[in-house]
Amino acid sequence: MTEILIAIGILGGMGLIFGLVLSVASKVFYVESDPRLEELTQALPGANCGGCGYSGCAAYAQAVLEGKAPIGKCASGGDDAAQAMAQIMGVKAEKVTRRVALVRCAGYKGVDENGKDIGAKMKGEYEGIHDCLAASKVAGRGPLICKFGCLGFGNCTKACQYDAIHIVNGVAKVDDTKCVGCMSCAAQCPRHLIIPVEYGKRNVVVACASQAKGSVTIRGCTAGCIGCGLCQKICPNDAIHVDHNLASIDYDKCDSCGLCATVCPKKLIANTKPEAAPVK
Amino acid sequence: MSYIQSLLGILLSAVLTENFILVKFYGICPFMGVSKKMDTALGMGMAVTFVMGIASAATWLVNSFILIPLDLEYMQTVAFILVIASIVQVVEMFLKKSVPALYQALGIYLPLITTNCAVLGAALVNVQKGYDFLQSVVYGVTGGLGFTLAIVLFASIRERVSNAECPKSFEGFPIALISAGLLALAFMGFSGLKIF
Repeated sequence: MTEILIAIGILGGMGLIFGLVLSVASKVFYVESDPRLEELTQALPGANCGGCGYSGCAAYAQAVLEGKAPIGKCASGGDDAAQAMAQIMGVKAEKVTRRVALVRCAGYKGVDENGKDIGAKMKGEYEGIHDCLAASKVAGRGPLICKFGCLGFGNCTKACQYDAIHIVNGVAKVDDTKCVGCMSCAAQCPRHLIIPVEYGKRNVVVACASQAKGSVTIRGCTAGCIGCGLCQKICPNDAIHVDHNLASIDYDKCDSCGLCATVCPKKLIANTKPEAAPVK
Repeated sequence: MSYIQSLLGILLSAVLTENFILVKFYGICPFMGVSKKMDTALGMGMAVTFVMGIASAATWLVNSFILIPLDLEYMQTVAFILVIASIVQVVEMFLKKSVPALYQALGIYLPLITTNCAVLGAALVNVQKGYDFLQSVVYGVTGGLGFTLAIVLFASIRERVSNAECPKSFEGFPIALISAGLLALAFMGFSGLKIF
């Protein structure tokens, strides 16, 4: 009987002492934390996508609290998060425009009704690791003839936490309604095809990144920019220019009239303006 | 055998021949759970090494000065859990206050290993083998290093396997268990290694 009592006494005593030590330690080693940190973290979406350049939402909240980072860098939280954070910090936030990702490639892989390859053409069958980075590293820079186009193995799809980018007919396509513009996909693209564009300002899109000469581009893809310059000539606002064999749009000047899309012989400029006629 | 040699022998056995994970199969939970990425695996390994060193020292003191004099050796398991859990909590608070950089590196892993069986196992093996204080600490720290070696090796394998094509039914956890088994088989090659 006494043995049991000794055991109970000693272990109970040890537990009591450790409990006391812990409670004293929690007072001695108490670290004050700013209550605003918790509120700021709450105001963020908690997706930890890394679009702000910090390792996660908590790290960004900490940086904002210390004044190291500006409010409104959170792409996925958008304007709501910026306003909420501004209120917590007692400052005024500028309106944050929503941005979305844009894939600069229209090189779908398909065949037309006559069985002829259209879109981006392949050099041959690729049997390696099912991964864009791995495919882009093999000799000859991957299975596509085009050295700039989307490989279509979906590294961007894997990186997206919002289910907003998918491989459709062998080329990555962004779902604007779901994309929050965190650009985690862009970091995974070995061909650097994905760029951020302000939402609503991208009705006219040059969906190609090929800087090869027109004759080279045309050999690899029926939807590649050959740098003919017709779009540049017709643009009334001087907003589209051909540089390094590739048309690019200056969105500060572009008013989405869509004239360039109508003259593009390769039909790679798309006018996605709702009221415009769909480009065939 | 001199004392230094015995310490070297402990090091060799804890890291290679009696590796905590791959030979003794202690601490499989963090081994499978935190080994998807190299850097988290390394962080976990460092935290385990740190805690195992401290826990070995603390449990040796408790065992020698409280349990043995009172003939309470049969309560070792319970008492050690109590000691390890409290000491990890205190260390965590201490680090948060005094060494924030180390807390940032180990912080999230510390609460996870308060009742890790590798840590408890190290404390109990120390008692079984009758190690003295220094030997216990060396066994704890080198056991933690063995854990780090195993988990880092395994994480690097898993990073590669995640990019490889493997049969649908083996994807994810099954292939991880198979790779762990193969790694353990490889570590069997160290058995019989001795310091003379």
